[in-house]
Amino acid sequence: MKTKNLIDVKNLSVSFGNNIILNKINLHLSKKESLVIIGKSGSGKSVLLKCLMGLLKPKLGSIKIDGVDIVNTNRIDKENALKNIGVTFQNGALFDSLTVWENITFKETRFFGFDKKAAKEKALSIIQNLELDKNILELYPSELSGGMQKRVAIARAICDQPQVLFFDEPTSGLDPITGKIINDLIYKTVKKLGVSAITITHDISSIDNLASRVILLDNNKIAWSGKPNDMNKSKNNIVMQFLINK
Amino acid sequence: MIKVFNLIGKLSLSASKNLGKITLFFFMSFFWLFKKPFYFKQFLSQFLDIAFYSLPVVGLTTFFSGMVLALQTFSGFDNFNDESTISKIVLTSILRELGPVLAGLMVCGRVGAKMAAEIATMRVSNQIDALETLSTRPMQFLISTRLLASIIAVPFLVLVGNIIGVFGGFIVATFKLDLNPILYMISTIDNFNSIDLIQGLIKALVFGIIISIISCYFGFNASGGAEGVGRATTISVVTASTLILTSTYFITALFI
Repeated sequence: MKTKNLIDVKNLSVSFGNNIILNKINLHLSKKESLVIIGKSGSGKSVLLKCLMGLLKPKLGSIKIDGVDIVNTNRIDKENALKNIGVTFQNGALFDSLTVWENITFKETRFFGFDKKAAKEKALSIIQNLELDKNILELYPSELSGGMQKRVAIARAICDQPQVLFFDEPTSGLDPITGKIINDLIYKTVKKLGVSAITITHDISSIDNLASRVILLDNNKIAWSGKPNDMNKSKNNIVMQFLINK
Repeated sequence: MIKVFNLIGKLSLSASKNLGKITLFFFMSFFWLFKKPFYFKQFLSQFLDIAFYSLPVVGLTTFFSGMVLALQTFSGFDNFNDESTISKIVLTSILRELGPVLAGLMVCGRVGAKMAAEIATMRVSNQIDALETLSTRPMQFLISTRLLASIIAVPFLVLVGNIIGVFGGFIVATFKLDLNPILYMISTIDNFNSIDLIQGLIKALVFGIIISIISCYFGFNASGGAEGVGRATTISVVTASTLILTSTYFITALFI
């Protein structure tokens, strides 16, 4: 039986002036699938993710999220389609002026009429699942460690129960041990919530933890796509080169 | 020679491009003011930051400006001891020019720099992108609220600054120059012209727009980490201050 894709990208091309960043990218994300996009620096991973988040308009191509083409539709439909997505940014991107619970329930307090007590309770239930202490709720992001900030960012991303989660370099800036903890946490969270995920990373160890499918970007294109286990067996030169360099 | 023309051309093109972008930025932020939702809490915190926390610095500068103006007028007119002349010069100068310009420059230095640095930091640390992914339009949430807060707060500050400045002139006139306080007050009231006040408030309104839009524009378009934040802050303060001093001439010319 053919499963409906949550995200469908067709012929996506992005360029800044004469500099081509992405060239005719095609990819899809099915329900409950965890896709990991890897590639060396400057391969266009972050630009691809920005396009998927609707933050960057591509030069050509379409991006369908749950059937809505966010590139070629009006603002309202685009915003509605993007509501199904939760994002964790590379450096957490937590709001400095808000406490942890205000960060986590940012959407709930502004759009769904949550009062302070209900919002705090919701934030508490989420952070407990992410192995965070309840005492951090009143702290500001600058008072947290790097690993804690990543976890709070994950909490903010999942608070609204989205269908798809994006993780942009979730282990960057972390030591290997904390990186492994965060990878495990992402794996558990994605499984528990039964959502789909796209993770952008240059950390090869994330693949074993997170991926049900891997895409390797190289030279503005998809150089290789397949199961994580097939990667090591691949005879593709670009894959071999990437693995050797890592 | 060609190199010089080339440079002038490049600078002119870059200036017109920026001017166009800033104009568009202003209209966009103005447009989002009238769209739902209105972020009242965000607006209120910005308003308090500008109006309340800038009050001491604006009050202090206008107070001393009023004092120095009375003193300079007295010495400039060869110790001419007349309540009416001194009060008129102090009042008119404060209402028309010194009140709005000093308040504008002070707010520009204090609030404009803060706005630019804050928004630039949010830009380079992806917080603005995060806002968008949380179904919040950054233009509406960050910029429009600051624009509205400045439009209301700067004229308010100028109004208060005017009163403090005139009071400063009164203090010097009566305690240092030994003028009659009652006569000084009466002549201040007699010399009051509502057009002078309106002129100053129009300037304040324009300065409020300049400060918020210029600071937010450079902050919003910042890039390049900590250095980018510093650059955005410096450019915004320099540009806004220059525009304040330039625009005050043109607004004055409209009234004369």
